[in-house]
Amino acid sequence: MTSTARDPLLSVEDLRVSFGTAHGQLIAVDGVDFEVGPGEVLGIAGESGSGKSVTLRSILRLVRPPGHVSGKVIWRGRDLMTLSEPELRRVRGGEIAVIFQEPMTALNPVLTVGTQIRENLKEHTTLDAAGRQARAVELMDQVGIPAGKTRLEDYPHQFSGGMRQRAMIAIALASNPSLLLADEPTTALDVTIQDQILKLILRLRQELNMSVILVTHDLGVIAQTCDRLAVMYAGRVVETGRVAALFRQPRHAYTLGLLNSVPRADLVRQPLASIPGQPPSPTTMPPGCPFAPRCRFKVGPCDDAVPPLVEVAPDHRSACIRHQDVAGAGA
Amino acid sequence: MSVTLATPSFLRAGGRRRLSLGIGTVLLAALMLFSLFPGFFAPYDPIAFDYQHLSAPPSLAHWFGTDNFGRDMLSRVIWASRVDLEIALFCTLFPLIFGTIVGALIGFYGGWLDAVFGRLVDLVVTFPFLVIVIAIVAVLGPGLINMYIAVSAVGWVFYAKLMRADIQVQKHSDYAAAARVLGYDSARIIFRHLLPNAITPIIVYWMTDMALALLLGSSLGYLGLGAQPPTAEWGVIIADGKNFMSTAWWISGFPGIAIVLAGVGFSLVGDGIADLFRKRS
Repeated sequence: MTSTARDPLLSVEDLRVSFGTAHGQLIAVDGVDFEVGPGEVLGIAGESGSGKSVTLRSILRLVRPPGHVSGKVIWRGRDLMTLSEPELRRVRGGEIAVIFQEPMTALNPVLTVGTQIRENLKEHTTLDAAGRQARAVELMDQVGIPAGKTRLEDYPHQFSGGMRQRAMIAIALASNPSLLLADEPTTALDVTIQDQILKLILRLRQELNMSVILVTHDLGVIAQTCDRLAVMYAGRVVETGRVAALFRQPRHAYTLGLLNSVPRADLVRQPLASIPGQPPSPTTMPPGCPFAPRCRFKVGPCDDAVPPLVEVAPDHRSACIRHQDVAGAGA
Repeated sequence: MSVTLATPSFLRAGGRRRLSLGIGTVLLAALMLFSLFPGFFAPYDPIAFDYQHLSAPPSLAHWFGTDNFGRDMLSRVIWASRVDLEIALFCTLFPLIFGTIVGALIGFYGGWLDAVFGRLVDLVVTFPFLVIVIAIVAVLGPGLINMYIAVSAVGWVFYAKLMRADIQVQKHSDYAAAARVLGYDSARIIFRHLLPNAITPIIVYWMTDMALALLLGSSLGYLGLGAQPPTAEWGVIIADGKNFMSTAWWISGFPGIAIVLAGVGFSLVGDGIADLFRKRS
C-alpha cells in the first residue's frame, strides 16, 4: 500500500505561497512537494506558522490576495492552479471537500443543516428534490447524528460541538468527494469527542473510498489516523514517510525533537524535552537549514544552504544533513 | 437577595424591551389600519367644506375640531395617514433594495468599485441630507413623485454603506470559505449565504429611516415641496394651520401629534427588532 505503487490522486509540486506585507515579502510556504494516493490518509504536522494550513488552503485556491501562490497541484491529471473558475467550482465540493477547525463558525448560522446538505447535493449531483432529501437523511445517519430526519430542520446553534462537527462532515461529504481536506478538524473539540470524530473520518474513508489530508499539530492524532506523514517547518516539508517508520526512527532533528516533546505512556516517566528557541520569522529566514539555530545536531554546513529533501530510506525522505546521526540518536 | 419580589414581567429589563416593541407595534398597526381603511374610520369627508363650523374647537361632533374651511380635522388626520405611510414606504423601498444589493456587491468585490463608492459616500455626506433633497426637488419640481425620486437618489447610499461594512466582515468568515470550497459561485455566496447574515442592521435602519422619511415628507409638505393641497398630508395640514396657531391650535396640533406617534412607532419597532436579534446572537 505504498503510494509509489499506484498513481497518486493528488500531487503537489513546488508549491510556494507568499504574502506581500509592509515588512516585505512574507514566505509562508517555500517549495512544498507531496503526493496522496487513493484511499490514503496523509498527515501534515507542524507547529503554528509552519505553513500547514496555508498549504491545505492553496490546494483549492482559497488563498486570497495579497497572497500569491505558485507551483502545481495536479488533481487527476489536471493542474488546479490553471483551472478555469467554473471547472474549479466543480472540483470544489464535488471532488475535493474541506472541513474546518471551528464547526460553529464554518456552518452558516441562518440556514438549517438540511438546507446546507441539500444545497451541496443540488450543486454537485443530479438528484431530484426527493432524492436529495433521502440522501440527506442517509448522510445524517452515516455521520452518526441520531434522529437525523428531524435534526435536518435544526439550525447549527441547536447542535452540540461534536454534533456540529458531524453536521459539517455530512455537508462536506454529501456529494461523495474523493479527497477530504481536514484542517485541524478536532482541535476545537474535547478529547472524547475528538476520538469519535477521528474514528468517524476513518470509517467514512473506508465507506466512501476517499483519501484524506489531515492537518494537525497533534502527533497523537497523526499516529492514530494517518498512513503517511509530512512534517513541516518554516514553510518547508522537512521529513516525509510512512507514519510507523517515521515515528520509530525519525531522520530529521526537528521530527525527533517533536517526538521527544510528546508524553508517552509506554516509557518510564521522564521530563518532557522541549525544543529550545522559536521558529524563524517568515520575513527573515536563515540562509541555511531553517531549523539550524535550534538544532542540537547542527554542524557547519547546515548554515550554508537549505538541505534538499532526499530519499534516506525506502519511501522515507528527509531534509537533514545529519539524518544518519539523528536516526542513531532516536533509536 | 433570598426574597424575590414578583416584579411584573414588563418592568424587568427584557420585559421593558418587549413592552416598547409592543407599544411600537400597536402604534404602527393603528397607522396601518387608518391608512388602509380611512373611509371606515373617518367620520366626515376630509375635503368637504362646512361654512357653519369654521375653526370650531374640539367637540363631540368634531373630536379634533375643524379648520378654517370647516373641514373635520379628525377625518383629515386619518386620511392623511394614508399619504404619510405611503411617503414612509416609497421614500425607503428603493433605497432599501437597491442600496442593499449594491452594498453587498461592493463589500464582496471591493477594489476599484469600493474606491469609487467611497468617494460617492463622501460626496453625499458632505451635504446635509435635506439640502440635497430640496435641491433635487427644486430642479424636478414639487410633488410627491419627485420627492420620492429625490430621496431615493440620495438615500440608497446609506443602506449601501451599512451593507458594505457588514459584508466585508462576513466574507472573511469560515462559513463563507466553506461555501466557496463547496463549489458555490460568488452570486450564490453573496446573496444566499452572506446577505441573510448581514441583513439585521439593514432592517433596523429601515425602520428608523421610515420614521425619518415620514418627518422629511412632512417637512417638505410644510415647505410646499411635497404633497400639494388639497391632499391631506400631515406636514401640509400643519403648514395650513400655522397662521391660526394662537386662535385654533388644533389645526396644527393634532397632525403634529400624529407625526410624533407614527415616528415613535417606527423607532420602537426598529429598536425592538434590534434587541430581539441581539439577544439571539
